Amino acid sequence: MFNGYGSTILDGAWLTVQLALLSMAVAVVLGLIGAAFRLSPVRWLALMGETYATVIRGIPDLVLILLIFYGGQDLVNRIAMMVEYDGYIDINPFVAGVGTLGFIYGAYLSETFRGAFMAIPKGQGEAGVAYGMSPLRVFLRILVPQMIRLAIPGVTNNWLVLVKATALISLVGLQDMMARAKSAGDATREPFTYILLAAAIYLAMTSVSLLVLRYLERRYSVGVKAAEI
Amino acid sequence: MLFDYNVVLDSLPLYFDGVLVTLKLLAIALAVGLLAAVPLAMMRVSRQPLINFPAWLYTYVIRGTPMLVQLYLLYYGLAQFEAVRESFMWPYLSNATFCACLAFAINTSAYSAEILAGSLKATPHGEIEAAKAMGMSRAKLYRRILLPSALRRALPQYSNEVIMMLHTTSLASVVTLIDITGAAKTVSSQFYLPFEAYITAGLFYLALTFILVRLFKLAERRWLAYLAPRKH
Repeated sequence: MFNGYGSTILDGAWLTVQLALLSMAVAVVLGLIGAAFRLSPVRWLALMGETYATVIRGIPDLVLILLIFYGGQDLVNRIAMMVEYDGYIDINPFVAGVGTLGFIYGAYLSETFRGAFMAIPKGQGEAGVAYGMSPLRVFLRILVPQMIRLAIPGVTNNWLVLVKATALISLVGLQDMMARAKSAGDATREPFTYILLAAAIYLAMTSVSLLVLRYLERRYSVGVKAAEI
Repeated sequence: MLFDYNVVLDSLPLYFDGVLVTLKLLAIALAVGLLAAVPLAMMRVSRQPLINFPAWLYTYVIRGTPMLVQLYLLYYGLAQFEAVRESFMWPYLSNATFCACLAFAINTSAYSAEILAGSLKATPHGEIEAAKAMGMSRAKLYRRILLPSALRRALPQYSNEVIMMLHTTSLASVVTLIDITGAAKTVSSQFYLPFEAYITAGLFYLALTFILVRLFKLAERRWLAYLAPRKH
């Protein structure tokens, strides 16, 4: 089917899934750190977190991707030249893609997590302190588990946006599903067919995500009584 | 040198031209998108499955696929069909600006329609019942009660959509347009200074984002004052 291009596009789809999942893992870690910074009573930490969230969310993904991929590579090599390192340092597009998307969506997630943390009653954390827990333990054992339920709707949205944003990494040379669909279309002179195929696979990915996250939301809400209107 | 200021300063005119292109794309996409979003939102709140379903499918498909795919489908994809190449629309559909505007407008219409539908559904039922009790027709109910109030209440969420759209217009550079990102691409390849070129583009977008956020704050103060918490 699809003149033999079906399987290379499916390989690309697998790469897209890997890219999305790994980026999301990086983004969740950065989002948690960002949220912790922004809620921190230490002024300069809070300011750092705030700057990260504001600046990244104010610049288009594409520009950040081009900046980090091309600009970052350029900068790394300029510094390498300064320390008299011979040879050219090449950044792998997959690794750069994971780092870049993780860095961008970490900023969006820090906003989601911050809101979720703020919605947890103050007494919860205070009770943890009263039990003699260290701040880190209070964060990991008391705040994070309760925050997850509140954060799921926001995380769902960010995940869906991230899955779609992975297509942009094709523009810096990663052979993901988008890039392969484009070149298959160019080769066969049937671009519509192949790009539409990619669109259908993206739609399938977002649809499956919606179902999984809806299930998770139900699971984490067990024991929480919803008011009937 | 770690940062070359002169190149950035010399190419500022190119960036300012890019700002104009970006703003033009944004304005056209938002205007057309919002115009299409109002009837779509009205379809989305309908209880008639035959009216609701097509609008649901449209917003679901558009919101479930990447913007880049939609842009490629329009700009590269449509050329596959001879019927399209021979139709009267071809001069437009082979034009990058037209395709970009159309793709952005389609994209934002789906997101705006969902925002507006949510806002329409959140209308207090007493207002609708009162309008019906006054003997208003459906058209009048929408024109006088539902839309003015729903459009206002959608403002905070719509402002997010506008910022997202500003960022989305950067994709126009993929189809050869010289918007802010396109200007950065030009500078980057001309002087081989990608770091300076894209940092500058980022600063321009950041400035535009702040300006838009500020404008929407003012708009909310003007049109949503009646929902603001009391100050005294």
